[in-house]
This record gives sequence, structure tokens and C-alpha cells, in this order.
Amino acid sequence: MDLLTGNPILLQTVIIGGTGLICAAILAIAARFLHVHEDPRIEAVTALLPGVNCGACGYAGCSDYAKHIILDALPVNLCSPGGEATVRKIAAFMGVTATLTERQVAVILCKGDDALATRTTLYNGIADCGAAQQIGGNGKACRYGCMGLGSCARICPVGAIELVNGLAVVHPDLCISCGRCVGTCPRRLIKMVPESRFIHILCSSQDAGPDVRKICKVGCIACTLCAKVVNGVGITMRNNLAVMDYSVPVTNEETITKCPQLTIVKRSGTKEGAA
Amino acid sequence: MKTLRALFTPRGGIHPRYFKEPSAGLAIETLPLPKLFLVSLSQHLGAPSRPLVKKGDLVLRGQPIAEPAGYVSAWVHAPTSGVVKSVDSRLTANGQLAGVVTIEADGLDKAVESDPVNGDWTTRPVRELVDEVLKAGIVGMGGAGFPTQVKLLPPPGKTIQTLIVNGAECEPYLTADHRLMLEQADRIWQGVLILKRILGAGQVRVVIEDNKPDAVAAMEQAMKGTDGDVELVIVKTKYPQGAEKQLIYSVTRREVPSGGLPMDVGALVENVGTAAAIQAAIVDRRPLTERVVSVSGDALRTPRNVLARIGTPFSDLIAFCGGLTEATAKILNGGPMMGIAQSSITVGINKTTSGLLALSQARVPLFTSMPCISCGRCVTACPSGLLPCTLSENMEAENLEAAEDLNILDCIECGACAFECPSHRPLVQHMRQGKTKVMQRRKQREAEAKKATPT
Repeated sequence: MDLLTGNPILLQTVIIGGTGLICAAILAIAARFLHVHEDPRIEAVTALLPGVNCGACGYAGCSDYAKHIILDALPVNLCSPGGEATVRKIAAFMGVTATLTERQVAVILCKGDDALATRTTLYNGIADCGAAQQIGGNGKACRYGCMGLGSCARICPVGAIELVNGLAVVHPDLCISCGRCVGTCPRRLIKMVPESRFIHILCSSQDAGPDVRKICKVGCIACTLCAKVVNGVGITMRNNLAVMDYSVPVTNEETITKCPQLTIVKRSGTKEGAA
Repeated sequence: MKTLRALFTPRGGIHPRYFKEPSAGLAIETLPLPKLFLVSLSQHLGAPSRPLVKKGDLVLRGQPIAEPAGYVSAWVHAPTSGVVKSVDSRLTANGQLAGVVTIEADGLDKAVESDPVNGDWTTRPVRELVDEVLKAGIVGMGGAGFPTQVKLLPPPGKTIQTLIVNGAECEPYLTADHRLMLEQADRIWQGVLILKRILGAGQVRVVIEDNKPDAVAAMEQAMKGTDGDVELVIVKTKYPQGAEKQLIYSVTRREVPSGGLPMDVGALVENVGTAAAIQAAIVDRRPLTERVVSVSGDALRTPRNVLARIGTPFSDLIAFCGGLTEATAKILNGGPMMGIAQSSITVGINKTTSGLLALSQARVPLFTSMPCISCGRCVTACPSGLLPCTLSENMEAENLEAAEDLNILDCIECGACAFECPSHRPLVQHMRQGKTKVMQRRKQREAEAKKATPT
């Protein structure tokens, strides 16, 4: 006893060490008796998923999706960032056949950057598209176009959206098709389209032609030339705007050359085709 | 009738320079009829009105051109006679896209014939009077634009004991209500008496800030000899003294509960402009098609108080006031604290446009906002007792749950916090953004809860 009370260092070592030992014993017993059995396949499927935790599948991250695949027998093709390879791997693991869907990429339907579209006023507020839209925009004369404050770029989990000269541009090769950017755009300019589509009409303005000309060099003036090229199949005129219907294939490149405003562009969504 | 000074003053608040001198001494002038009117269908809070006219229609002054699209909505009337040029969606003075009826004036300004009067307002049934307020398209003219008839019909179980008439006009630069009180005090007072009859309110309190002694004298004159519990209350000059909840506190020392309405404490606040509009609707039988606008600011050559028709383009008002100087940096619909910056002057004035300001670079310097230094000046300034600094950081982190817990929805967007912030943080913008997002989230949650519980 004298040895302990007379030696504070030893006393403390015994107290702390003893407490540790007791706790360890409790934990060891608890681990044995309170053990929760988890399906080992969940961990295995999680390992097959890309681990971006983007939420594109509709679940709270990769492990949550894996859990639902195992427990609720969810389709295995919901992971868009993983693409075909991941779907095949999970299908093989689960012993099911997966229906493959085409990879979707985001496209921003506006081409008017600061050099091409007019700005009327200076915006000195929060750099957030939603906040700017609440006061009618950030001074871009076109009230339909991209404000270029980059809310979509900030939410993109892989940095596939870049702000170039006041315009948000998607890099299709980096896009993982999670679709999170779509909801952040207060002007609803972002669309998810199949990657094989390479002709896009980059304008969303519903203003009349003469009004568009005044404020944007590359806005759709509703001349209907592109729609005539394809006889209205795949491109329809709606509210002073040529609208691409992405469910009907449009491959005629004459639509691009005919556009007097250079609104229509060729931009492949595939990883190989990205310039 | 007696005049007294308020014993209480709301918490927080700020003392900005008031800049009322340029236009306070100028009589209201009537604007010559513009050629074109841009009448918004969303000038009020609530559902945008449904248009009743189409391109090519001939309209007369006072003819309804849009009907309410819900319980909280309002009628809109043609400001003059002419031809409807278009009905389409445009950017309006409140910064939102909304339906706009463009009317080309024919210059004759012919009015529709009003219905014959069914007797005196002092004896007509109250319900009829409320209907007339609705039909006249009257909304709160102090700025929020809440449809007046909704306020006049409190739900069963709620009674209004105190009718508060808001003549505080605490917003810098603005003098529209001040001039109205000086020049048309009798009209305002008659409107107040109509309101008193509709509500059956026992008490009437007319509230004016102590920087307008001439308006106090004019209202005193108009109110002289009125029986009953009627008082003219002079409150301390301070921003935002004229905000609804703050005014109720100054007068009754009652606080409107969080998320509640003034009627929860038995009070109802109406702006002096609204009272005058009610008088015009019920006594003169004219719907709301015009209002007083203070056109002011250091970038305007000759500031004026103008009586203008609803839908008058900003450009016409600016031209009437001598035009803009080269130093113009910002045009605002409303005052400098709560007004909305405009990106175009081809927008029409709304029923709520109490001011049109043109400010120079000297008054609106560009700033870069910096991180919060936790000085707490915004907390001291906040009249709603919130923590603007924390809320703003919550918004930057998109932490809506925390923002809701800190009662972001009680923010009145007065701008006192941003005025005080030494780091120039965009506090009001964060609040507005946050309120919208929190409301959305709440609606979503309610919809989900409804789905989850079987009916």
C-alpha cells in the first residue's frame, strides 16, 4: 500500500490502466452479445460501386444503395457514375441480368457568354444563381439565359461544370450523370441527354426574334430553318424557340450549318468524342 | 381624441440618414398621362391575378382587367382608357417575372360608369363595404401589398380591438405618405373611420414618427372632435419603426408571436395610403388606379412627389423629374433599405411602389463581402431579435434545419443588419434566400406527411 500512495506515478498508471482494462472487458462482452449480423454481400456490393456518394440512384450514398440492392432486390442499373462496367459487375455478383441504359450527360441550353450576350446592370450580391433570380437575375439582359454565377458548378461532385467567361459549360467526358445540377438551375437550363446525341440547340430564350437579336448574338430567333431541315421531326418550334426532342434521333448536320445565329452546335457527349 | 407620445419603442433598429429634405417640402404633382402603361398582374402578395382582357381589347379607366385567382389575391383595373397591346410575361418592378398587361393610352382617359351608390357608408351593411374594398383592388400600400379584404375578415374567434394607422414612414428618402397626410388628411381620416366601422374596432391609433410635426398637426386637425378611444401616437424616429410588428409593439406593447399575425394580439395595421384608397373606393367609388410616389435620390435632377397611375413606366416618372444625372448607379423600386434594384426602367409602378430612387455611385459603393467577425452589431440592430450573423453562415453552409430552428421565418427583411455589418455581408439576401428555401422545405415535409398518413 505504501508503495502506491507514496508513488503518484505508479498510482496513476494503475488507476488509468485499470479503468482501461475494465472498459475493454465490457466492450469485448458487448461485442459478443450485441453483435448485429450484417449481410456480407452489402459490403461487397459497396466495394463494387464507385464511391462518389452522389445520390444519382436516389439513395443516400453508395452503401445505402448497396443495402437496398441486397435487401429490396432493387434493379442494379441505377448507378449512373459507374456506367456499364459497374452494372455488369454487380449483375454478375448478384446473378441477375441487368438492362443497360445509355449514359446520360448534362447539357446547358445556353451559349451566351459575356462576349456574346449583353449585360445591362452590375450585380453585387451573393454569387448564387437562386439568390440572383429572386431579384430578377444578375443583370444579364436575357432573362432566360445562364447567369454564370456557378451554382451548378459548385454542386457538381466531380467538377465537370466549368465557368467560362460568365457561362457554365459541361465537360461531357467528366460528367457522371448524377443529375444534381439539373435542380440547382433556377432558370431550368440543364437537361440530361443521351451521350450519343451530338447536335444541341443551345438556347432557351422565348423572346421574339428581334428582341433576341438586340441582346444576344447567339440566341435562337425562331427562324424555323432547323425545324424545316428535319421536317419538324425531332425539332419543334415552341414559344419562339426551336426545341430539340431528345427522344427522337436527329443526326442531320445540315441543322447546324443552316442556323444563322450559330445557336446549334455539334458537341458529342461520349468520352471519346469530347473535344 | 388626444395626442400623446409612445412610451415604448421596439428593440433594435438603426438611425440612418433620412434624406427626406429634397422632397418633403414639395406638394404632390399629377403626372401627365403617359402613352404606355405596363400593369403587372402580381402587384400583391398571394396568387397572381387572372387576366380578363386580351390583345386588341378596348378598356376604360377603372375597368377590371384581371380578377383574383384565389382567396389571397386582388382585382387589377385599367389605369386609363386605351387599347390592350399585349398580355405576356415580363420582368416586373418587384424583380419577378409576372403577367403584364400593356395598355396603349388613347389620351381620352374615359372612365367606366360606376355603380350607383346604395346609401351612405355609415349605414350600409359591413359585408357590402368589404366586397367593395375587394372589387376596388385594394392592397396594403405600405410595401407588402397584402390584399386588404383578407385582413378585414378575421377568422371566427379573432377580434380586432385596435386599428393602427401607419403614418410612420421610417424608410429614408420616402415622403409619399408624409405628403398625403399633409394634403389629404381628411380623406385619410374618413378612410380610417370606414375601416373602424368594418372591423368594429374600439380603439384607433394613428401613428406618426416625431420627425414629421407638420403631418402630426394636419392629422390632428382632421381628427379633431372625433369621439371614442381615438389617439394620435407620436413615436420615436428610428428604422424600422413603421414595420407592422414593431409598430404594434410601440403602440400596444404587445408582441406578435413568432409565426403569428397581428390579429393574434387583437391589432390590425393599415397604411395611410391604404386608408385613402379605401375612402376613394367607397365614397368616391373609384377603384385603385393611382398612388403617390416619391421620386427622389441624389442622381435625379429634380426630386418630386408625384401622383401617378398604376402601371406608369419608371422611365416616364424619371423624365417628369428632370431625368437622371450621369452619375446614376442604381434605380430602386421603393426605399434604399427595402427597395428592389431594377435592371430596366421599362417596368410599370405597382400599387406598392411608394418610392422610385435613383442613387449615384457615392451612395451605393461596390463592396466585397468578407467573413463574419462576430462583432454582434447585426444582433443589436435586428428588430425581430434574430441572429443575422449565424443565420447568414447557416445559409452559406446550406444548413436549412439550423436556420429554421433559429426562426429565420421571423425575419422582416428590413435590412438593419446589413446596414450595420462592418464586413459588408449580404445578410438580407441570405435571409431572403433562406426564407424561400425553408418555406419550400416545410411545404415538402408537409406534403410527405400528408402522403404518409392515410386519410
